[in-house]
Amino acid sequence: MSDKARDGAFDDWLDSVEDGEGYYVECENGHGWLPPRRVCPDCGSRELSETPLPDAGEVATYTEVSVATPQFSADTPYVTAIVDYGPVRVTGLLRGVDPDEVEVGMPVGVGVGERETTGDRAVVFRPR
Amino acid sequence: MSHPRVTGVGLTDFGEHSERTGRDLFAEAGLAALDDSGVDPGDVEALFYGNFMGELAEHQGHQAPLMAEAVGLDVPATRYEAACASSGAAVREAVRHLRSGEADVILVGGSERMTNIGTAGATDALSIAADDLYEIRAGMTFPGAYALMARAYFREFGGAREDLAHVAVKNHDHALPNEHAQLRKEISVEDALEAPMVADPLGLYDACPITDGASAAVLTSAEYAAEHDLDATVAVTGTGQGGDNLALHDRENLARSPAAAKAADEAYEDAGLGPADVDIAEVHDCFTIAEVLAIESLGLYDPGEGIAAAREGETHATGETPVNLSGGLKAKGHPVGATGVAQVVSLARVLEGDSAWADDVGDARVGVAHNAGGTVASATVHVLEVVE
Ligand SMILES: [Zn+2]
Repeated sequence: MSDKARDGAFDDWLDSVEDGEGYYVECENGHGWLPPRRVCPDCGSRELSETPLPDAGEVATYTEVSVATPQFSADTPYVTAIVDYGPVRVTGLLRGVDPDEVEVGMPVGVGVGERETTGDRAVVFRPR
Repeated sequence: MSHPRVTGVGLTDFGEHSERTGRDLFAEAGLAALDDSGVDPGDVEALFYGNFMGELAEHQGHQAPLMAEAVGLDVPATRYEAACASSGAAVREAVRHLRSGEADVILVGGSERMTNIGTAGATDALSIAADDLYEIRAGMTFPGAYALMARAYFREFGGAREDLAHVAVKNHDHALPNEHAQLRKEISVEDALEAPMVADPLGLYDACPITDGASAAVLTSAEYAAEHDLDATVAVTGTGQGGDNLALHDRENLARSPAAAKAADEAYEDAGLGPADVDIAEVHDCFTIAEVLAIESLGLYDPGEGIAAAREGETHATGETPVNLSGGLKAKGHPVGATGVAQVVSLARVLEGDSAWADDVGDARVGVAHNAGGTVASATVHVLEVVE
């Protein structure tokens, strides 16, 4: 949505994922989080560094959504998944695979796609 | 420490009241609670009020003073917002105020108007209890979030859609005699399994309906109840609250709700009892899997064991630990901001002996109310006991 203000570090992060240079922030104790973060909620560390997202993660859980919000009405049915990338997990849309063939543990890469309903950018996973 | 008493309770019918305003709904419940309490309305010192989606559903923020006005009270009024745990949080604040001696009479309640914005509108409004940037923009809905947890639960502990169907069947059965319930209709396991999917593995019958309604309770200090010779035999003896990361993906375990477990531990310790003492529970079953997670968080079942409870009949009115005698959110309905107080109202009525299930649970002395917000990033637990 070009008529909308950018959402700070989130849009920076989405840009990086779009460029194939996705990252997460990690504290010195190895706790991983998505930006923006100023402090690690687990240990209170304020020493957070940007760490590259691994090339592929594993589907931790997923659902095929049939009843959506108006912002996703034209996307239904679609699959939303939580993907494990080691110290950090990411939620996104899972595309490029038949919903019946999605499995927990399947390897997927991360990128950016468009939401059909609004054209907004969204995190999109695809099988690796 | 003297424990605050539940002195009066009131509920609207839960269901579709799409043409009634939020203020009208709350006035009905609030006035019913005041009438039931026998308290002089002039003695009420504050309104603590829960509401979640008022801005989206009615374009109405700042609802608390509006609601005080609607019940004829000129008192400080504050809205508590913790998604679907909004009025559970309001109860907790009321209990703490009454215990500290800061007040003797508080009206606590909540309301929500939801059906006027339709299914898509309500799905949208409910979704904002999740992380806007990292969850909603990835298509997360409220049912979708619980579906993610259900699949993670099945993966970790086993269980299947059929087990969840038994939760729905049980709660529909419980709602049959509840005159305030939205869905007073018997259903079968087959009905639940054959219903259309909302977010797999959760179907339409795994989900609570979209509901309009309001709830209210007059809570008083024990001293005030004694001085005014009020009929108030049920006390809130324990309160607890827990929090967690807002986004589901940030949790260590996707099949547990530690915020509720923390709230339960705190509430039990506060009341000086434990899960083995609990006779009945009203838990936050916005989806069937949520009831499973709730009874495990409350310590009524070990992790992984709650999935079989409904199927085995243990959580039915006729079982060892009846859960959601009111029909729960699933069948009673879930006007989100009203739910926490409605649970307290339902428990208080059963503990006072006023229950259609009295033949089965007439000797219940201890009840727990479990109210959860979002994917349980917020949770409150209250212990209610018969004290005289
Ligand atoms: Zn850390």
